[in-house]
This record gives sequence, C-alpha cells and structure tokens, in this order.
Amino acid sequence: MDVTTIAAGVSGSLGVIGYGLAAIGPGVGVGLVVSKTIESIARQPELAAKLQVTMWLGIAFTEALALIGLATPFIFGV
Amino acid sequence: MVHALDLLNIAVAHQESGSGFEAPSIFEFYPQVVLFAGTPFELDRIMLIRLLVTSLLVFVFWLWARKFKSSAEQGKLVPSRFQLMGEISVDFVRKSIAHDQLGQKDGDRFLPLLATIFFITLGMNVTGIIPSLNIAGTSRIGLPIVMALAAYVTFIYAGVKAHGAGFFKASLFPAGVPAAFYILVTPIELLSTFILRPVTLALRLTMNMIAGHLLLVLCFSATQFFFFNATGIMKAFGAGTFLFGFVFTLFEILVAFLQAYVFTLLTTVYIQLALSDEH
Repeated sequence: MDVTTIAAGVSGSLGVIGYGLAAIGPGVGVGLVVSKTIESIARQPELAAKLQVTMWLGIAFTEALALIGLATPFIFGV
Repeated sequence: MVHALDLLNIAVAHQESGSGFEAPSIFEFYPQVVLFAGTPFELDRIMLIRLLVTSLLVFVFWLWARKFKSSAEQGKLVPSRFQLMGEISVDFVRKSIAHDQLGQKDGDRFLPLLATIFFITLGMNVTGIIPSLNIAGTSRIGLPIVMALAAYVTFIYAGVKAHGAGFFKASLFPAGVPAAFYILVTPIELLSTFILRPVTLALRLTMNMIAGHLLLVLCFSATQFFFFNATGIMKAFGAGTFLFGFVFTLFEILVAFLQAYVFTLLTTVYIQLALSDEH
C-alpha cells in the first residue's frame, strides 16, 4: 500500500494533525527551559526565586507558539 | 464564516442523531444574547460575567483603599484581616513584579497599570472555574486585546519618554550588529517588538482560557454521557472522566493565576526593556 492510498482513507480535520505537529516544538522547548532551571536551582538554590521568574518568562515565550497554532484554525478557517 | 457554519451543522447533526454526547465547540464562547439584542451593546453570558467581575473588583478595591486610608490616618499599626489581604495582594504585584523588574522608582510609577492588569486578568480568569459562572471573562479575545493594547501603548510611551526617538532607533537597529545585517535584523525586530508582542500577549491569555474551558467541558460532558446514556460497564468510565475533570479544575486555578502573573510580568519586562540604558 503506498502513501496516497493510506492518506485517502484518512478522514476528519487536517487541523488536528497540524496542531499536533505545532505542539511538538513548544513541548520540547518548555521541557528544556524547565529542565535547565531545575539544574540551575540544584546548583545554586539561593537563586531559585530569580531563576523561577526567568523560567516563567521563557515558558511564556515558548508556549506562545503552541497557542498561535491553536488559534490559526479560527483565523484561517478549518 | 462558512467554516464556522459547517462546524455548527456537524454539531447539530450529532445532537440530532441522538448519541447523547455533546462535544464542546468554539460556539461555547458565543452564548445566547441575553440583553439588548440587535444593538451594538448586546450582552451575553461572558459580557455579564465581565461586568460582574469589574464591579466586584471596583467595590473590593474601594473598600481596601478606604481601609488603608483610615488606618493610616488613625496611625493603626496592626492591620485587620481584610486589610492584610489587600496589602498582601497589592504588595505581591508591587514587590515581586514591579520592584523586582523595574526598581523602586519606576516600579511605583507603573504600579497602577500593572496592578490593574494583574487583578483584572486574575478576576476574569478565575470565573472559569467558579460554579454557575463557568466561563472565563478573558475567554473571548476582546478584553485581552484591550489589555494588550494598554501594555503596548505603555511600553512605547515609557521608551519614548526615556529616550525620545532614540527608542525606535535602538529597538529597530540594535547596537553591535554589522551594518549589512540590518537588512535582516530590522524587519525581524520590527515584527517581534511592535507586532508580535501585543499579539502574543492577547493570544496567550485567550487561548489558555479557551483550551482550559474546552478541556473542562469535554471532561464533564463525557461524565454526563457515561453516567446517563451509556450502558453496563461503560458507566464506570464516568468516574474516570469525572476525576479528570476535577483535576483539571484544580489545574485551571493554577493556570488562572499563572496567566495573570505572566501577562503582568511580560508587560513589566517590556517596559523595563524600553527604559533600559542600552537604548
């Protein structure tokens, strides 16, 4: 069975697959941000408060990509 | 619009087929108009919730302000429980957001805007998990856009006030970049600083609230379906989805607070970047 015949059998919204793909990057990104923060806090616990603020900022920037992915179907149609 | 109507048709077809399961859709966020239908001032559930939260916030802050003032005048040293609650709330924004990022002087200068953004966002987000309100005031993009615009205007104002036209020069042509690279760097900076910043501020908040609400609706409508429409062993799944719904409700409390915090923190950071001496 080649790819086209498999693809022909798929029904439903392509947007769902698109969003799944769009969520990979930010997912890895948020993971990296948090893991590095944990490492840094383990090394220097007295900096925890400062690092956490930076972590939330990093998460907010990274997460925005996934949320833009969530918003695109509403803007450009399903 | 056509796509939106298609979605509605699918949803209606599902309900008419009598499967008993109502999947949540984007129309959750366009509830029936309750008051003033047909005028530009149409009020639906979300708008009524927004009005309710706004009036509650104004009322509580009026009480707090009166309390702060009277106890300062009487020289009372020990605050009452209600006053302490207000002091802790306002001090959270003041100390751990404004002063941390902007320093004492500029922090106090921008505190009114930051505190307004924080408490409006928090109040509107929290309605998403309050029983019988059940939808966040920020889950339709109008309100987040207004707050993002306020943040946008403020950080540009802060930059222009501090550095004049140098603010635009420094943000569009960052120092230390070889001149030839400005062909690449300037469009990117223009896009990220002056377009993407307000857009992502508004989108981040709205999309978090929409996703959270849809998750909750999905969990609880599935619970309802499993308990009342499913047969036999399938009923047991209802307990699982109910547990998920409960856990997500707790998670939504965290998200409500976190989004208010992040929105305020980002506004502060944008102001701080505009004020900083690199410009």
